[in-house]
Amino acid sequence: MFASLHGNGPLTALAFEFSPIVEQTAPGTVTFDASGLDRLFGVPQDVAAAIARRAAELQLQVRIAIAANPDAAICAARGFSGASIIPYGDEAKFLAALPVSLLAPTPALLETLERWGIRRFQDLAALPPLGIAERLGPEGLRLRSLARGEVERKLLALEDPLRFDEEIELDYPVELLEPLAFVLARLINSLATRLATRALATTELRLRLTLENRATHERTLRLPVPTLDTKAFLKLLQLDLSQHPPAAAVLKVRMEMIPAKPQSTQSGIFIPATPEPVKLELTIARLQSLVGAGRVGSPTLLNTHRPGAFRMAHALTPSTAPVIPTPGTPRLTLRLFRPPRAAQVAIASGHPTFVTAGPIRGKIHDLAGPWRTSGDWWTADPWQRDEWDIALTGGALYRLCCDPRGWFLDGSYD
Amino acid sequence: MGTGGALKKQFESLLGGHLDWQSRPAPECVPSGVAALDTSTGGLPRGCLTEIYGPASSGRTSLLFSILAQATAREEACALIDAEDAFDPTSATAAGVRLDRLLWVRSNNNAEHALKAADLLIQGGGFGLVILDLGDLSPAIARRISLTSWFRLRRAVENTPTVLISLARQSNAKTCASLQLECVRERTAWSGALHSSRLLRAITARATSTQRSKICSPVFTATAL
Repeated sequence: MFASLHGNGPLTALAFEFSPIVEQTAPGTVTFDASGLDRLFGVPQDVAAAIARRAAELQLQVRIAIAANPDAAICAARGFSGASIIPYGDEAKFLAALPVSLLAPTPALLETLERWGIRRFQDLAALPPLGIAERLGPEGLRLRSLARGEVERKLLALEDPLRFDEEIELDYPVELLEPLAFVLARLINSLATRLATRALATTELRLRLTLENRATHERTLRLPVPTLDTKAFLKLLQLDLSQHPPAAAVLKVRMEMIPAKPQSTQSGIFIPATPEPVKLELTIARLQSLVGAGRVGSPTLLNTHRPGAFRMAHALTPSTAPVIPTPGTPRLTLRLFRPPRAAQVAIASGHPTFVTAGPIRGKIHDLAGPWRTSGDWWTADPWQRDEWDIALTGGALYRLCCDPRGWFLDGSYD
Repeated sequence: MGTGGALKKQFESLLGGHLDWQSRPAPECVPSGVAALDTSTGGLPRGCLTEIYGPASSGRTSLLFSILAQATAREEACALIDAEDAFDPTSATAAGVRLDRLLWVRSNNNAEHALKAADLLIQGGGFGLVILDLGDLSPAIARRISLTSWFRLRRAVENTPTVLISLARQSNAKTCASLQLECVRERTAWSGALHSSRLLRAITARATSTQRSKICSPVFTATAL
């Protein structure tokens, strides 16, 4: 059983939703192997109804024909509107009324047939094969077989490109993000449905906006786990575009989703609850829009002794770093001043005795140091400093440091 | 006695005993990593706001990192909202905190953003521990945070498995906090002779719980590396 679709729009994608063997017969005509669909949907009428329903969801205007051989289905799809079901063995009868021009003969052949008064399939089908072979050659015989719905052939199957991208050209430029969200939602829903029909999800969403000033604005969203949460995608895109708005009004929107296998995990009773990955991504995007990009994440220490060297990694990613055992007693920790507070220090006998750094001011009651450290002297950005642990008269403990730029209060021990 | 009371009596007589209808079950508590504190307070309650406050160098951050280390060791997802950008990843690692289980939000010296971030994280769900660090925020600014905001946070964290901790110089959440711990430095331990081999060894602090049901003042020591 073969089905043929005739119309406009992404017919190939629609066909791939129903069958892996799809032929792009001609521009606007797609044929696919529909055998086995009856076990899913029922009789051929139900198969045609399912295809029509899906086409309506994708807002495609298509003619559908189902027949025992591909060419009969193609002729019916091109010749009849709506859905046509051709019973096996009745192909010639069903196609009888169609015009011969539908078979796309060469202009010379069409002129000959018209001269003979052959205008419909039934006229051509009634001609004797020997006479046609003598007068019109093999092409004439092929057309006769097509008119009788007798041609048996294999489909020239398309390679499934597995590209999930769509674009919408807007009638007028859109300046605000709110109306743009409706366009984005439509694209996201369409792509997510296409992915879902293939049991796929996505880890990356690429958005390309063509602007009124002929520039393009590209954004890429990466997700820690494959998902198909359309609401989350839309919210993430909205948050991202509000942080990085396009420079001009939008004329065209193109969206692509990179397919990935959906994540399958099994949670356990004794496994501690962790934030749902997509929800966490959404929360992080919201936090970033609140406090600024690059200010939310998991800190990772760098392999250096340079004070305050760390980078922000993606949040809560499982690491392979060895687990450090928790010490039995609390450790004395440092609260950093970012940036370090410039200090004025009085020195006696080579040791700091009094410090003033903004609101922090006092006589140094006790101190330990200096601890001299340096590093990266082999690079263009070397560092060196002397550090003291100081206790002011009130009892507060600070880390005082001196580097080539001057004196600073680095933080407080707390 | 109203209809409700009569029904209650009838129901109790059917079940054969007095039923406590009013009180809620005690929240599950998690250890803080300080044995003395866990023994006296029972630990930190989940689904509640715990307030740790005290002046600079009173051991409150050491206590906080101990709690954080315990939570990350339990593989729980933790979040730290750092109002004054004071978090030191090196100190945290030395205290046993697993940084890959920690979400650090640097709210750029903005208390309002810090409160909003805490609300977002609690609403997002899935975190075992959320810390709102207002430790270096000036008391004048911290006092401007309305009690309504604290009440909203308390309501948000209720019925969740999250431990919400606020760290500040003075008590801000007042009655919204289920557990209040006031840290006071008692002693600073130094070793060695001054100007030669002097070393800062430890601070000893007292964490006092002033709430009626949990009056205690355990002492803990935060040791330097």
